[in-house]
Amino acid sequence: MYSEKVMDHFMNPRNQGEISDADGVGEVGNPSCGDIMRIFIKVKDNIITDVKFQTFGCGAAIASSSMATELIKGKTLEEAWEMSNKAVVEALEGLPPVKVHCSVLAEDGIHQAINDYRIKQGLSPWEEKGGHTHSHDDETCE
Amino acid sequence: MANEKLVYMDHSATTATDPEVIQAMLPWFSEHYGNPSSLYRLARESRTAIEDARKKVAVAIGATPEEIFFTSGGTESDNWALIGTAFSHKKKGTHIITTAIEHHAILHTCEYLKKQGFSVTYLPPDESGKIQIEDIRAAITEKTILISVMFANNEIGTIQPIHEIGHICRERGIIFHTDAVQAIGNVPINVTNMDIDLLSLSGHKFYGPKGTGALYIRKGVRIDSYLHGGAQEKRKRAGTENVPGIVGLGVAIEKAVHDQEVKTKRIRDLRDRLLERIFTEIPNCRLNGHKTDRLPGNINICFEFIEGESLILLLDHAGIAASTGSACSSGSLEPSHVLMAIGVPIEIAHGSLRLTLGHENTEEHVEYVCKELKKAVEKLRAMSPLYADYMKKRQ
Ligand SMILES: Cc1ncc(COP(=O)(O)O)c(C=O)c1O
Repeated sequence: MYSEKVMDHFMNPRNQGEISDADGVGEVGNPSCGDIMRIFIKVKDNIITDVKFQTFGCGAAIASSSMATELIKGKTLEEAWEMSNKAVVEALEGLPPVKVHCSVLAEDGIHQAINDYRIKQGLSPWEEKGGHTHSHDDETCE
Repeated sequence: MANEKLVYMDHSATTATDPEVIQAMLPWFSEHYGNPSSLYRLARESRTAIEDARKKVAVAIGATPEEIFFTSGGTESDNWALIGTAFSHKKKGTHIITTAIEHHAILHTCEYLKKQGFSVTYLPPDESGKIQIEDIRAAITEKTILISVMFANNEIGTIQPIHEIGHICRERGIIFHTDAVQAIGNVPINVTNMDIDLLSLSGHKFYGPKGTGALYIRKGVRIDSYLHGGAQEKRKRAGTENVPGIVGLGVAIEKAVHDQEVKTKRIRDLRDRLLERIFTEIPNCRLNGHKTDRLPGNINICFEFIEGESLILLLDHAGIAASTGSACSSGSLEPSHVLMAIGVPIEIAHGSLRLTLGHENTEEHVEYVCKELKKAVEKLRAMSPLYADYMKKRQ
């Protein structure tokens, strides 16, 4: 049911771990929905110099975290912000339709980490496009 | 390569068809292919083969052959039992009692019956998965026509007090159906002693062929037909009989109940060893289901801080076939309705693993599964934010 790419990132996740002195941390998801993602970023001169993740979730959630962190590493904050869940799905060579929300979670997690960084820097957080966030830390699971 | 090895621990999902069963089935495809309803000798052979199989099924559950009706499996038997009884008794009443932990073949059929104007009470189990006898008594009304309680649960393995429930139903004149799909070959069953009116069974759960099954209908119990057409199965279940399948079912059930106690003891001992090893080697896990009244091969455990589908994928990579009640495995949003019904907290229910052992499992398998399971749980915990938080709190 999963592509080889998904299985590769699931079996050998890139950037798994914690950054104890992270400049920004994002956390999305909900244990009762069966997935939580935590994204840590280090930022220097507007560039994401390091990124790590911790994920509780299914194979697609873990692979999405791994792929998303790989896609934003070394990118500017603006570039990282623009990375959509579609880019994650494409890079993973597809996700089953019921699992696409995992890639959305990864996008949301990165947005939260970036805004956490911005707030800590005394900057105003960036607005989600369309004014809403997909993150499902509200009551219902997606 | 780990992938070439297969350790199958998903016997509640299905079993490999026994080679002896296959051998018994083979002649009924192209050698003795006659339609059992035809009149010539070729056909009479098929008829005899079916009646032989019927006797075997009857003996296995303590029924008479006239009370056995062949179906396409557990799902059809469950549908027929509920729908057939409901419609044939609707003048008497429209209330059905069942449990919250039944297989979907029962639960979704009940939902259908609700749309047809019947009312259904779903009894909640206790935390071990047992249905309380007092709850059954309390749920019975003047209108109750049918009580359906599964013999043993497919996820957590809990075995119900079927005899006692049967007794109450007989006393009150209510029809009693039990879905015994998981129980055959694992638990002693006698429909006569246990006051069972209707019983569903399915061939592929006890080393028989898929797509075969039977419904036991106690003599004198009124039940509408479900499949309409030809005069097969005493006009109760139309359709040309699946002769090879029925022959296979007969051989499989005969083997399943032969030396049942010895065979299930071996599996139970293996299961207990695996369980003990898991609990010694892996912290933060909990057993779901009843400690003693459970299917001999069943293990259902929740591992805290991790999610079940990812655990299944890692085990699969190591060549181990198992299953989970996690939402992510089914494509639904909710984890298993059984785990929810026995009160497992939702975030923990996502981390459930079901291992169901069977005849071909060995001590070597137990060792291997324990070792790989430990590795897999550790790997997933190492990336889990919930586990990280837990470890920080402990420091
Ligand atoms: C308890 C129970 N009832 C019914 C069924 C359905 O049986 P079948 O697969 O033969 O339709 C199963 C098997 O999945 C089961 O475990």
